[in-house]
Amino acid sequence: MKHTIKELEDIASQVRRDIVRMVHGCQSGHPGGSLGCADFFTALYFEVMNHSTDFTMDGKGEDLFFLSNGHISPVFYSVLARSGYFDISELATFRKLNSRLQGHPTTHEGLPGIRIASGSLGQGMSVAIGAALAKKLNKDHSVVYSLHGDGELQEGQNWEAIMYAPFNKVDNLISSVDYNGQQIDGPTEKVLSLENLQAKFEAFGWHVINSDGNDMDSIVKALHYAKSLLGKGKPILNLMSTQMGAGVDFMMGSHKWHGVAPNDEQLALALAQLPSTLKDY
Amino acid sequence: MKKYTYTEKKDTRSGFGAGLLEAGKKNPEVVALCADLVGSLKMDAFIKEFPERFFQIGIAEANMIGIAAGLTIGGKIPFTGTFANFSTGRVYDQIRQSVAYSDKNVKICASHAGLTLGEDGATHQILEDIGLMKMLPGMTVINPCDYNQTKAATIAIAEHHGPVYLRFGRPVIPVFTDPDQKFEIGKAWMVNEGTDVTIIATGHMVWKAIEAGEKLAEMGIDAEIINIHTIKPLDEAAVLKSVKKTGCVVTCEEHNKFGGLGESIARLLSTELPSPQEFVAVNDSFGESGTPDQLMTKYGLDSINIIEAAQKVIKRAKK
Repeated sequence: MKHTIKELEDIASQVRRDIVRMVHGCQSGHPGGSLGCADFFTALYFEVMNHSTDFTMDGKGEDLFFLSNGHISPVFYSVLARSGYFDISELATFRKLNSRLQGHPTTHEGLPGIRIASGSLGQGMSVAIGAALAKKLNKDHSVVYSLHGDGELQEGQNWEAIMYAPFNKVDNLISSVDYNGQQIDGPTEKVLSLENLQAKFEAFGWHVINSDGNDMDSIVKALHYAKSLLGKGKPILNLMSTQMGAGVDFMMGSHKWHGVAPNDEQLALALAQLPSTLKDY
Repeated sequence: MKKYTYTEKKDTRSGFGAGLLEAGKKNPEVVALCADLVGSLKMDAFIKEFPERFFQIGIAEANMIGIAAGLTIGGKIPFTGTFANFSTGRVYDQIRQSVAYSDKNVKICASHAGLTLGEDGATHQILEDIGLMKMLPGMTVINPCDYNQTKAATIAIAEHHGPVYLRFGRPVIPVFTDPDQKFEIGKAWMVNEGTDVTIIATGHMVWKAIEAGEKLAEMGIDAEIINIHTIKPLDEAAVLKSVKKTGCVVTCEEHNKFGGLGESIARLLSTELPSPQEFVAVNDSFGESGTPDQLMTKYGLDSINIIEAAQKVIKRAKK
């Protein structure tokens, strides 16, 4: 372990502060899913991934991560800054004019750490598969990670990719699903039920593991276990239960904070629940 | 009128297949993807030579575009192959976000463009693809005119960094360009110098423009014929130089008159050199089943249509 679980939890607390402050700062953005995935991103970038903050687009010889559900950009930006890709002061520019921190992640403004634009949903798994295939051609044994929203799986392109990867033995890929059961219009069960996701992925030929995405110990163990399963002919799917809004009590357990910014009072309430462990930006 | 002859007819898609093999030999980073149309896209030779650099995606074009975008991240130069309709309209958002906006070095190679796909009918005959692709910032759009030019273009785009849409077709047509040509992206080809009218043609319409030019010469009309193979970026200097000399222009394309080459020329001329223009293009319509020749006649894309347009536009210029 590079860090103890407590150290990772502390980093995640700071990331959550960043998220609510960024969204508050521009009065727009998506706090709910960002908070729910703060532990996953922290585990990935501070513990699990072998990556370099000397950013190159090709990323040869290092692990790569692709965010498919691009609207949770606040958590992505915070973790990239906190792990050294760019200065944390730039987080204050989120969603503002002339910023590299666009509403949804993009390569267009040259922000280090971003390798593909995402936001229009359902495209990230195909991209991750392509990057994984390139790694195989390059005899590069590092790992490709991706993250997808659960509601996002309603997009058909995902299922083209989900069908492709096992048939073609893309076994250097670990995809995670942010399984929070919520989407903009309500619970996924009410909007368009995903039914038994584990059975669906398994039927397509994936090796599925389960984790608690808001328990640092669980998520770190799950990602390390996922790595041990690589190279055996199957892509790995980490079905990761999370709570939208995790860490801020009044934002939890509802789709209502999917894409709403807190006001000043709500920001104060949220920050009171999130100890500052590193310096605020 | 400069004399153009041919000894054989070939399909432009075979030029793509030959160019892909050549590009693959030149650069080990070149890879190819196909959505269940290997034979139609003439990718067999590449697959035989480089089986490990070919990806059969199945009938899943959106996934193909995304995988191609991902492959570039490891330094690969992916060429995707399917019909023009499934290369563009079906996957517009994937191209827009994962390729164009993300500035990925993907070559979108599209066969069976336009009416000359023939009997399959309008579901497969896309006439809007040039418009869709040229509207994307940073996208290069190329529509070569014969086997040799398509082969040369395929090799050239592998050496160009950035997203490219390469459009070609199904029917066999005369092979009349130089087999050893060097293809320059964005550079117009002067087919014939003339003084009375500028005829600008792309793709399958270039040979028809040459046929029209010969007939016009017999009528005493000296037509300048320019091949714009690269619709974007447009060789504006070549177009302006010619129209300044002739004073009028006919544009010819196997595409809807909305959104195609003709509109690119009109946009340029309206700001720089307002001039009479006639469009030889499909008149905002879908196609239908039929042989390629029957369709080109019915939809007004024959050499006679170019001749009539030239006569009309010259009259307008004289007013």
